[in-house]
Amino acid sequence: MKILVPVKRVADPNVRISVAADGSGVDLTKLRMAMNPFDEIAVEEAVRLRESGTATEVIAVSIGGPKCVDTLRSALATGVDRALHITTDADLEPLAVASILTTVAEDLSPDLILMGKQAANGENGQTGQMLAAKLGWPQATFASKIEASDGTLTVTREVDQGLETIEVDLPCVVTTDLCLNAPRFAAVSAILKAKKAPIEERAAENLGMQLSPRLRTLSVGETSQDRANIKVTSVGELLEALAKTHGLLK
Amino acid sequence: MTVLVIAEHDNGVVADATLRAVTAAGQLGGDVTVLVAGQACAHAATAAARMSGVAQVLCADGPSLGLFLAEPLAELVATMVAGQLQSRTETFEAIVCAANTFGKNLLPRIAGLMDLGMVSDVIAIKSANTFVRPIYAGNAEATVECMEPIKLISVRPTVFDPAPESGGSAEVVSIDAPPPWTRTRLVQRAEQNSARPDLSSAKIVLSGGRGMQSNENFVILDRIAARLGAAVGGTRAAVDAGFLPNELQVGQTGKVVAPDLYMAFGISGAIQHLAGIKDSKVIVAINTDENAPIMAAADYCLVVDAAEVLVDLDAALGKLGSGEA
Repeated sequence: MKILVPVKRVADPNVRISVAADGSGVDLTKLRMAMNPFDEIAVEEAVRLRESGTATEVIAVSIGGPKCVDTLRSALATGVDRALHITTDADLEPLAVASILTTVAEDLSPDLILMGKQAANGENGQTGQMLAAKLGWPQATFASKIEASDGTLTVTREVDQGLETIEVDLPCVVTTDLCLNAPRFAAVSAILKAKKAPIEERAAENLGMQLSPRLRTLSVGETSQDRANIKVTSVGELLEALAKTHGLLK
Repeated sequence: MTVLVIAEHDNGVVADATLRAVTAAGQLGGDVTVLVAGQACAHAATAAARMSGVAQVLCADGPSLGLFLAEPLAELVATMVAGQLQSRTETFEAIVCAANTFGKNLLPRIAGLMDLGMVSDVIAIKSANTFVRPIYAGNAEATVECMEPIKLISVRPTVFDPAPESGGSAEVVSIDAPPPWTRTRLVQRAEQNSARPDLSSAKIVLSGGRGMQSNENFVILDRIAARLGAAVGGTRAAVDAGFLPNELQVGQTGKVVAPDLYMAFGISGAIQHLAGIKDSKVIVAINTDENAPIMAAADYCLVVDAAEVLVDLDAALGKLGSGEA
């Protein structure tokens, strides 16, 4: 089984972001960047599938500017076999990313595309399903468990009602939820080795597709969290305030 | 203008999130058509036709739709719109789904088939083409204009009121179900095992974090929740510690909640957690650390060990319940 893992470089979600005062967007200049956490889980799962002998090759792909190489190197350090960088300076929407990945998948013919269910910056949660649609493949979103057998995957999905287990034929697209695994910390030796590993490069512009934006961001604002922050000192005082002011827990 | 809402249902009852999506669809202007696709789903179609604000119900009934899989459902919608375009009849100007796991799974697949850009998790509708949505785990909000001829939007159910379940008398029109999709098969669907109300629609939510420290404290939390008819949830850390099953994780990456009262026990307030509770009417934070981020996001702050508060609260509510207070 050959696995393709798309990885995205995003602002480290553990760092507080700041919104530009003119409403133009989030100021990324000083932020620490990292691999999207859901993609880290996808990389880890793919590498485990290869380590267990289920997969024969794992290829990571990232789309974006020169710094995406860092993200690909961390995928290499975790244990992927090959890395492909699709270069572009454009800030691509999920539909454009799905279009590029469709071309990459047609070229590399993976049996499985394993990717994060959403990215920690745009929070769209669209790319995997769009990609599956464009390829005409089955999809298994929000995966918390993956078991491979001959030509099929059994995937447990995290849905609102609890867990759902489905069986999907390969090739397919699987998107990862947080529970799937706990990504490893790469060994120093693996990180050093990844630094020297070759990274294949292709320009998005040469893939011959229309990548024009379909959405326009008009403004970006800070989310307001205006709350009273009233200090109470006991459960009794709390219950009284909730009952008197809000009519709650009477 | 006509807006299509894709209903989530169990062949009999239309989901609460869909009632909310109908309200959102109404805010776009124009008539609302609801698609009910399933197997032996006439009851759900009738229920959808009775909802206020629904002009028409399309009912696709067939074995290919019995599992509510995204693949045949997306095919059905994309084929229907392609047919409209081909016959030059009026097309839907927007397709709306609730941004829960049903809609999140389905709508991007429709967008992919139709090669249309999509707007996810809309929290406010400014106009028929301009929407507000959270980004960066809810740290910021983007106002986005959709330039597509057909707007595909998923709407966050907690910010829209449910459309009334009666008052309407829409016509139900049958449409053909798509051909079978055999490459995805259902193995097992876990039944909702909790006697508690659903997190996303509960009036009161009691949530625990790492500061709860033990399973025993979650047992007490559960007992208090039973007294109050509240739902129990928790943080990523509580799930990781094995205190709670994953589907009870509250936050931007888990369940988004908006109850009348949200009580956070031993929760520090990670950004993505705060983003998932910010539409709650009243937030109470109970934590030993007065500088925890949850405190700044709360209406009421109690700087005490969560475990202690649980015991006091359990006792106080017990008295209330027995009429001693």
